[in-house]
Amino acid sequence: MFTSNAKFLIVEDSPTMRQLIAFSLKRFQNIEIIEAVDGLDALRKLAGPEKIDLILTDINMPVMDGLKLVSMVRQNAQLKTIPIIIITTAGAEEDRERGLALGANAYIAKPIQTSHLIKTISELLAV
Amino acid sequence: MSDESRAEKFLELFNKSREFTEELLRENERLRNELGALEEQNKDYATRYTEIEEQNNNLASLYVASYQLHSTLDFREVIHVVQEIIRDLIGGKSYAILLLDEKTNELQTIACDGEDQMPGVETISVRLGDGILGEVAKRGESYYLHRDDENAKPSLQRPLAAVPLKIKDQVIGVIAIYKLLVQKHAFTAVDYELFALLAAHAATAIFSAKLYSQSERKLNTIQSFLDLLTTTS
Repeated sequence: MFTSNAKFLIVEDSPTMRQLIAFSLKRFQNIEIIEAVDGLDALRKLAGPEKIDLILTDINMPVMDGLKLVSMVRQNAQLKTIPIIIITTAGAEEDRERGLALGANAYIAKPIQTSHLIKTISELLAV
Repeated sequence: MSDESRAEKFLELFNKSREFTEELLRENERLRNELGALEEQNKDYATRYTEIEEQNNNLASLYVASYQLHSTLDFREVIHVVQEIIRDLIGGKSYAILLLDEKTNELQTIACDGEDQMPGVETISVRLGDGILGEVAKRGESYYLHRDDENAKPSLQRPLAAVPLKIKDQVIGVIAIYKLLVQKHAFTAVDYELFALLAAHAATAIFSAKLYSQSERKLNTIQSFLDLLTTTS
């Protein structure tokens, strides 16, 4: 597990999904969950003083969608190395390819399986 | 030493080494059996672990769904939560939430999604007892389309699943699911649990929110009346 507090940013407009993802992440010790309701809100939080270790983002959100967020994070010199997992209802192969091509590290289709989410995070962060 | 005594010595040594080898073989067999039993036990543990993981996953979904349903008394927000549960937790792509109008005895769509997949889902209007949706509302029992029936393709009148929204024996509406997300091939065990949860909890949440908004409206009316009385006196 994490030796010091790792910060995970959940970007999701649905409070139900935000709570479910946060609940699933309780399996990890020493993590802090930060929540954002859309891509723009996420960028504001990424620009703050806290160093984010992982971004979990939905695609379909108001104001700024997840794909735009992934693209902007990857273009930013300070943020571009943060691992990103897309969690979305858009489960078609072309959606997956588009998300990964933009720079997401992993793509999970809803409804999520906690074990799959945990395994993906563990592999990404090597914990 | 004579040849005879050498032969005896050799035989004795041979017998000892044979006994030792046999002992080793027995020990080897015993260890192999033990290893086999341990492997079986490991498999059992792995299976149980997977089952517990799945149960945890299911419980988390049920807990979150229930928590969110009762987190607000705003009617639109409650409906929005029901939609999130159908879409994000069950994987419904095209669905309708219908409420029963007690005066006309008709079920009508009050929220839906996936109109492009199932045209007409946004304007469903069914009399109590008519068709599958009307029967579900009348009997208060869920309906699931049997996937092994090749002729049974979902249609507006025949959804994949229709779940009554019930407060005790009183049905206040129906949730009809017509199409699942592309990555979701069939309902799973937890989906049926979520349907059962929606049947009861969504119904009470919707009913409470309706009562709350009605009482808010009445309170506003009374308050306005009192204000009027105070200013005129």
